[in-house]
This record gives sequence, C-alpha cells and structure tokens, in this order.
Amino acid sequence: MTHLVRMTAVDKHFPGVHALKSAQFDLMPGEVHALMGENGAGKSTLMKVLSGIYQPDGGTVEVSGASVTISGPRAAQALGIGIIHQELALMNDLTVAQNIFIGREPRRSFGRLDEAQLNADAAAIFAQMKVHIDPQAEVRTLSVAKQQMVEIAKALSFRSRILIMDEPTAALNEAETNELFAIIRGLKAEGVGVVYISHKMDEIRRISDRVTIMRDGAYVGTVHAADTPIETIISMMVGRELEAVHVDIPDLSTAPVALEVRGLNRGRAIRDVGFSLKRGEILGFAGLMGAGRTEVARAIFGADPRDSGEIIVHGKPASIRTPKDAVAAGIGYLSEDRKHFGLALGLDVRANVGMTSLERFANAMGVLDEAALEKTARDYIAQLAIRTPSDRQEVRLLSGGNQQKIVIAKWLLRDCDILIFDEPTRGIDVGAKAEIYRLMQALAADGKAIIVISSELPEVLRLSHRIAVMCEGRLTGILPGGPSTSQEDIMRLATVRHSAPEEATA
Amino acid sequence: MTTLPAATPARKPASGAQQKLLAFASLIALLVFFSLASPNFLQTSNILAILQATSVNGVLAIAATLVIITGGIDLSVGTLMTFCAVMAGVILTNAGMPLPLGVLGAIAVGAICGTISGTLVAKMKIPPFIATLGMMLILKGLSLIISGTKPIYFNDTPGFSEISTGSLIGKVFPAVPVPNGVLILFILALVIGYVLNRTVLGRYCFALGSNEEAVRLSGVNTDAWKIAIYALAGSICGIAGLIIASRLNSAQPALGLGYELDAIAAVVIGGTSLAGGRGSILGTMIGALIMAVLLNGLRVMSVAQEWQTVVTGAIIIAAVYADMLRRRRAAS
Repeated sequence: MTHLVRMTAVDKHFPGVHALKSAQFDLMPGEVHALMGENGAGKSTLMKVLSGIYQPDGGTVEVSGASVTISGPRAAQALGIGIIHQELALMNDLTVAQNIFIGREPRRSFGRLDEAQLNADAAAIFAQMKVHIDPQAEVRTLSVAKQQMVEIAKALSFRSRILIMDEPTAALNEAETNELFAIIRGLKAEGVGVVYISHKMDEIRRISDRVTIMRDGAYVGTVHAADTPIETIISMMVGRELEAVHVDIPDLSTAPVALEVRGLNRGRAIRDVGFSLKRGEILGFAGLMGAGRTEVARAIFGADPRDSGEIIVHGKPASIRTPKDAVAAGIGYLSEDRKHFGLALGLDVRANVGMTSLERFANAMGVLDEAALEKTARDYIAQLAIRTPSDRQEVRLLSGGNQQKIVIAKWLLRDCDILIFDEPTRGIDVGAKAEIYRLMQALAADGKAIIVISSELPEVLRLSHRIAVMCEGRLTGILPGGPSTSQEDIMRLATVRHSAPEEATA
Repeated sequence: MTTLPAATPARKPASGAQQKLLAFASLIALLVFFSLASPNFLQTSNILAILQATSVNGVLAIAATLVIITGGIDLSVGTLMTFCAVMAGVILTNAGMPLPLGVLGAIAVGAICGTISGTLVAKMKIPPFIATLGMMLILKGLSLIISGTKPIYFNDTPGFSEISTGSLIGKVFPAVPVPNGVLILFILALVIGYVLNRTVLGRYCFALGSNEEAVRLSGVNTDAWKIAIYALAGSICGIAGLIIASRLNSAQPALGLGYELDAIAAVVIGGTSLAGGRGSILGTMIGALIMAVLLNGLRVMSVAQEWQTVVTGAIIIAAVYADMLRRRRAAS
C-alpha cells in the first residue's frame, strides 16, 4: 500500500528557535497515527507544514507517493489535507453551514449566494457523520463539542483523505470524546488517514494504531500503540538525561502554613483543587498546557472569579475578589507574560519598582519623593543583583532575566510574602535562569512561601520542595521533591484522565 | 451520549435583532413624544424635512456599516464625500462634460479612494483607524486644493439639482413629494442590505469581522475581499457626494469633516458591533433616523442647537452601553 503522507528530513527555523530538526512522519490510508511529545516538541509545527501554513526550510513532503510543495491552506485542501486546529478556527457570528463552506459557497449569478444549497450540503455531511446539528444554527450558540464537529464536517467537506486533529478532545468530556471517536472510526473504515495529536495516554491507546514521538523538534521513534507500554512512550517523550540535581529540602515540619486552598472550583478549568503551602516552602505546579495551573493561580489572586472555594492566608480566611484584595493579603502574582502584565517597558527601573507602592512615596499633595524612590530602587538593584547601568535605565533595554528581577522587586516592596511565579524563566537564557533559581531559593530561605508554575519538568524538579501535578483542571497528585521523583512520575500524573461521570462537576 | 445537548440547541434570540428592536422602539417613542410635544412635528412637510436630513448621513452610514462589520473603521467617509462632490464639479462645471459622466465620475473617484484605503489596510497592514484618518486629511486637503478653496457651482448643468431635490415619487403621487435624495437612500439601503445577506461579498464582510484568521486559513483571499469592501464603501460615499452637491447645487470644499462621526454614530445606535462580525443595514437606517428625528424634534421644540449636540452624544453612549449590557449577558 502506498503512503498517504511521507515527510522526511523536514527542517524549520523561526527567529531564535530551531523548531523542526530533520523531523519525519508518515501516514497510511485507514490509519490513526498519533503524534506525541512535550510542549514545544514540534508536533503542531510539523502539522502546520503539512497543511501549508508554514513553509519548511528543508526536507521533502510526499502525498500519495508524489513529492509536493504545499504553498498555502488552499493547496493543502486541493491535496485532500484537512486540519482541525487546536484553537477552533470558526467564525462565531456565522451559521454552521456558512462556516463549513466559507470560501466555497455555492453561488448563483453575480456573486449571489445559494443559501438553500449551502444548508442542504451541510445537512448531507452531518447525515454522513451521523450527528445532529442544525446547519442554520449560529456557531456561537453551540457547545464546544458541537463546534468541534463543525470543524470536522468542514474538513470532510473538502473530501479530505488526510485529516489532522490537533488536541481535539482538549475541551470535550467523556461522552463527547466517545462520540468523536465513533466518527474517527467511521472515517478510518472509509480509508481516511488521521493524524491525532494529543497529550492523553489513554486516548492514544484507545484510538490510534501507531504513535510517533517527537522531542525538541526532532523525530524520536515510531511504535505500535497496542503493544507499547505507556512508560516506554513517556520515557521517549522525556528523553534527555537529567543532570544530577540536588534540591536542598528544608525541614518544614514546624513551619506555619502560609496559604491554604480548599475546594477551589471554576467551571471546567478548575475542579475541586485544594492544597496548602508553608512558609519557606517552594511548591511546584506541573502539568501539560491547559491543565489549569495558571487558572488556579489567577483564581487565588482574584484575577478570575471562582465558583467556590476557600482561601486561607496565615490561618485566617481571606475574602479575595480582586487582585487588590490578594495584594492586601500579601499575595503577589508574577504573570507568565511579564511584558504584558508585569512591567511598564517604556519606563525606567525606578518607576517600575515603585509602580505598585507609589502612595508610600507620596506626600499629602500626591507629590512623589524621588530621593526615597531612588534609594529603594538602588537597594533592590543591589539586593537582587539587577544588572542595569542605573535606576534610570528604561526597562525594555534590559535582558529578560533582569526584567524578571524587577518584577520580583516590585512585589517584595509591596510586602508580599506569598509569591506565585508563573513560568518565571520563560524567554530567559540559561545563565540568568540559574540566577533566578538562586533568588527564589533565597526568598524561600527568608521565609517567603512560593508557588512556581512551570512547563519545564527539569525546572520543577530542580526548584520544588513538593510538586503538585494537574491534569484537566484537577489536582491529580502531590509528589515529594528531590531525587525520589522522576519526570516519568510527573508525566504519568499529568496524563491521568479522570473518567468519573462529568455531570457532577460540569 | 446523555450529556449532549438536544439536537437543536435552544437558540438564544439573535442579539442583533434585540438591539434593532430596542432601536426601533426608541424611534417610535421619539416620534410619539415629539408629536405630542409639538403639533408641527407630524406635518408632512416636517416629516419630509426629516427624511431629507437623513439622506446624506444615511448613505454615509451605509458605507460605514460595511467597513465596521469587517471589524474596521472608516474615518474618511465625510471628506471622501466632499472630494467626490468636488470631482463632480470639476467634470461637469470646469470641463463641461455631460451629466451622466459627472455622476459616474464621482462614484468612480469614490471607488478608487476606497481601493486605496483598503490597500493600506489589507496589504500594508496599517490599522484602519490610522489609514482612514490619513485618507480623511489627504482628501480634505485635496478638495481645497483642486477647488481653489472656492465652491464649484453647478449652474451650467441643468438637471443636477434634480438628483437630490427633484421628486420622481411626487410626479406619480403629488400628495407625497418625497425628494429623490431620500428615494436614493432607500433604494441603496435595499441593495446593500441584499448584498450583505445574499452575496459572497456580504458573507465575507461578516466572516472577516468574526474571525479573519479563520477565513484566511480556509483558503480565502482575505486581502482582496477587504479591498473590495472598502472600494464599495468608497463608491457609496461618491453617491453621498452627489446627493449633497445636488442639494446645495454646489460642491463646498470646506464641508465634510464631522460627517464621519455622525455616520459612525448612526451605525452604532443601529446595533452594529464596532468589534465586527455583526450588524445590519436596517439597524443603521433606524440609527440614522433616530438621529435625524431627535435633532428635528428638538429644533421644533425650540431647544437650543448646543443642547441638540449634547443629547446626541448622550444617545450614542446610552446605545453602546445597552449593547455592552446585552453582550455581557450573552457571554455569561
């Protein structure tokens, strides 16, 4: 049988990132081929090459045995390649049928639309898929699962022989997932090849025939799904040997609890999360993208409303509704996107350090005491070893590591003793990372309670005294820090699929 | 399968329709209020005056609606209208060409300028606000330069003033001498309403405003369609230019600035979302009528002109706030 798709030695560079390093992939007709790897392993990039969104810098792509250049989405459609993107690419204001046939509307003369034909064609596709969706319903009124079905119908309407699904079940519950799998099996029987990207181990075992594992943009290997243990797949995904890390875990048995969270819920994003954090402790939060870690942090910080849940700070229940309340309770949140939410890039170091504490430096008339501001800024520059020519330097001219230190200074100045770091070293080079780690450890030693959210497992293992792992909004386990916990342990908890009935929480 | 929603989800009433209904109810309420407040308000002549006053703003608002539904904004509609009027003057009065050439010329100039705006936005990726702000100033300047800062009169072109002030309807039904300018507005509204809802171009207006990236990933040439939409809006500004020049029997080069804000106000009051993706010509027409009725009614009641402006501003804020409330309810 000829391959539907064969990609060999595909290379792709982005500014500063080597996203695909001689990656390879193949797909047979009537096969579901899963593509797995950690965040940033290059799965989505490789599939964007196959669907014409990115042009590869090198390598070959063959479709049905013929070498092809896929110049854009339209060319991919002509080759029978359909992609269902991770973020649904639908037009919410249009109807289901209008979405499916966007760009290919049945027309009459003078560019007039044949709406009746449009709706009939859409209904025919849904009949073939055996799902019931009203073609004339506005897409925004549909559930996420139904929207997913619309995406599939759209891909099928191109008579796609190759269907790429990028994390199609991320927002689906168990029953909806089953319905999706029934459709995928139907497509398989008709000889359609399906590329299935997912993080969920059990799903991969249920639906796919083969699994290709990628790591750091490169091909690792391809295995049969049925007879390969999950552990093998996980170790192929994680791969790299860890440099021996030594975590100094302090004895916190007598330390007072700084923060306790009980029964935190927020829609589907956070489901019954509870944990406690002691003074002087660094609690790592691990999990795959979309597991709900940032959502938990934002809910604790009052940035998002929560459906239920208690937050207890230093033994006293805290009523946190807004970030202002959280800061008053001594909680600081260092956003994963510091350029957006953490810093005023055009202002100087002094202004940024003092930004959230200006009342303290102002007299009754609101005039700022620049001398005091300068002294404070200089103190923090020395204490945190911020490398800047002076406290008047514009923040945008500093490196990522030094910018992160300024954000930290800002929160320290606010007297926050519970600090939540969300991806603290994203976009920071290796040398500066080590320095940020040392700084966080010093803060913990000084009695601060620290939560660190990170998608990089080595980072979590290197910093954390304990490691909380999340999957699909649930806290699936808390592991001890130090050498007794491996990346594989974390990955196993991060891919646990909770199969209890959804009705209770949805 | 038990957790799946029913086959046809209970459809929320289309929220755009709600806003339109609200706007329509406000229009009726205003009409009732003013006719009770002043006996002169419901006179045929006054109603015709209201419609006449709506015609220019209504046509410009239709142009603005197209662009706003794509998620853009067109600040140049007012000065483009004037520029087209001046060009009609150049063709008819300065060059002495026949009337149909002047009409086609004005519309063509509008389409060309719209194409330029569209190209700036689609190809050069200049934000619509900035691109059309630039075009607004360029066109204002060019109108003054070409006309030598003086009005161009159409005294040599008999029939030009008929475009707006004559009445085809009045010839058939002498009791209701609806001016042609108003007739043009209503015909245009019907045509563009049809284009928006029944043609490919209209479909892409909504699709672009709803999720441009998704449309592009579907293999649609989004740039070309965006340019086409700005061009159509431009040609409609050309029609507005003809209506206003015909009514004044002259092209007034200093006119035009400020008209774009009235047009956008009418669009917003009519329930079209400035975020793009939703809107309607019917809503825009109601919005334009609300503004005209309000101004006329206050004038009939002898409210000072300064206060009329204040009330218009308050109405815009109230309309958008109502829209925000509705959106928040829809989101939750």
